[in-house]
Amino acid sequence: MMARFIEWLMIACVRLLSGAQARWPASGPATGQCIIVANHSSHLDSLLLFSGLPARQRQRTRPVAAAEYWTAGPIRRYLIHRVFRGVLLERDCGQLNPLEPLASALRGGDSLVLFPEGTRGPGGVLQPLRPGIFHLARCFPDIDIVPAWIDNSYRVLPKGFTIPVPLRCSIAFGTPLRWKEGQAQPEFLAEVRRKLEALQP
Amino acid sequence: MKADTRPVEIYWILGGLLAAISLASLVGYALGRRKLDNPAIENLNARIRSWWFLILAGGGALLAGRLAIILLFAFVSFLTLREFVTQVPVRRADHSALFICFFLALPVQYVLIGIGWYGPFSIWIPVYCFLALAIAAALFSDTERFLERAAAVHWGLMLCVYCVSHIPALLTLRIPGYESREPLLIVFVVLIAQVSDIMQYVWGKAFGRHRVAPGLSPSKTVEGLSGGVLSATMLGVLMWRITPFTPWQAGTMAFLIAVLGFLGGLVMSAIKRSRGIKDWSQLIEGHGGMLDRMDSLCFSAPVFFHLTRYFFSRT
Repeated sequence: MMARFIEWLMIACVRLLSGAQARWPASGPATGQCIIVANHSSHLDSLLLFSGLPARQRQRTRPVAAAEYWTAGPIRRYLIHRVFRGVLLERDCGQLNPLEPLASALRGGDSLVLFPEGTRGPGGVLQPLRPGIFHLARCFPDIDIVPAWIDNSYRVLPKGFTIPVPLRCSIAFGTPLRWKEGQAQPEFLAEVRRKLEALQP
Repeated sequence: MKADTRPVEIYWILGGLLAAISLASLVGYALGRRKLDNPAIENLNARIRSWWFLILAGGGALLAGRLAIILLFAFVSFLTLREFVTQVPVRRADHSALFICFFLALPVQYVLIGIGWYGPFSIWIPVYCFLALAIAAALFSDTERFLERAAAVHWGLMLCVYCVSHIPALLTLRIPGYESREPLLIVFVVLIAQVSDIMQYVWGKAFGRHRVAPGLSPSKTVEGLSGGVLSATMLGVLMWRITPFTPWQAGTMAFLIAVLGFLGGLVMSAIKRSRGIKDWSQLIEGHGGMLDRMDSLCFSAPVFFHLTRYFFSRT
């Protein structure tokens, strides 16, 4: 209950700060299970994407977050587990399959928000994509991959600042894509990249 | 029960505005029914829908009282400043300056209006915030286009907060024989400025031939300007009873509001053009951004406030 209120409050604040309006393609908002892939330049990105999702879709969507950041301290742990219901990803660890938590969330029927750059960039440009999204797409070829471009969020809350300032942002969702049989990793990542960059205003 | 202290004219004016906008909706609906797929009619109907919203928000605040009016304009300042700083070239190093604008300068300015403290109200932004913002930007030692960035932040704060705040500041005036009727001054300046904008557009569409500033705005014509200013001045004379002015004074004030509004629109067009944008945002359907609706008031409200204060008010 408390966690749902905090989520609502945070989304309301992000909406007030950014005035963000989500743009969906003509086919309408994503309805089924999907993996949303987006550019990443600010801590607000997950919240912005959530604010752009229809309420029913939002309940089934979980952000993928870096474990070492989100497990440091009780407030972060509360936020990521109870408020955002995040899926924690161990970056740079010796684990056998770091994508296993993501795969089990997908098998459970949840949708994911994933930032394939792996970390926050300087904003305005897309950093090289990590291969994780390729492996997921190949293991789950029936799940839509929805590209999304978040514009201006790096100016609302740049890397290195703790308090956001109001600036208008926009979120553009694109048409979904899937892994096609036989598609190699570089080809697939290039297609994701193209789709993302096509959404940039 | 507390007696109704609202001036009775507010009900008449709100009723008149609702009647006018209902009529406009009917006309727009009839034009749209003819299915001409005319983008000008589409835009007209979008504008009318947005006018409903603006009239209901403004009218609601007027009826709700002083605090609601101040909060409404504080929110307008927030929206316009957010649009402004989104479109100007501020960088990462300006983050603290922007923080000061939104979370210190803006709230303090409106609190000063709320408590009716004229001195600090008139110097808080042009003196203290002016200096503080430049210092905040300099502390980041990012010299890339420093003056341009600092100027952009200063301009945003002056236009969107300082100038806009002179509209609710009309409530703080104490004019002999005009007690508790101050909200009507807000109705006067806002209505004259908006009607002037609309009539400039209408006259320009109907008779516009000669452009005033071809390099700035293709839609501003000499015919539109004269027709709009004349219409606004006549409306000002007709509205003299809700003001503390004589008919002549009301007409002169309305003339000044309309001319300054026009010139303000020109300045804002120059800024937009230099940034390569047509509208500040797409916040209000058919109109562009909040700042596109407020740009003429940004220039006319402070002058109207000070003329009224100097010649008519005791504070």
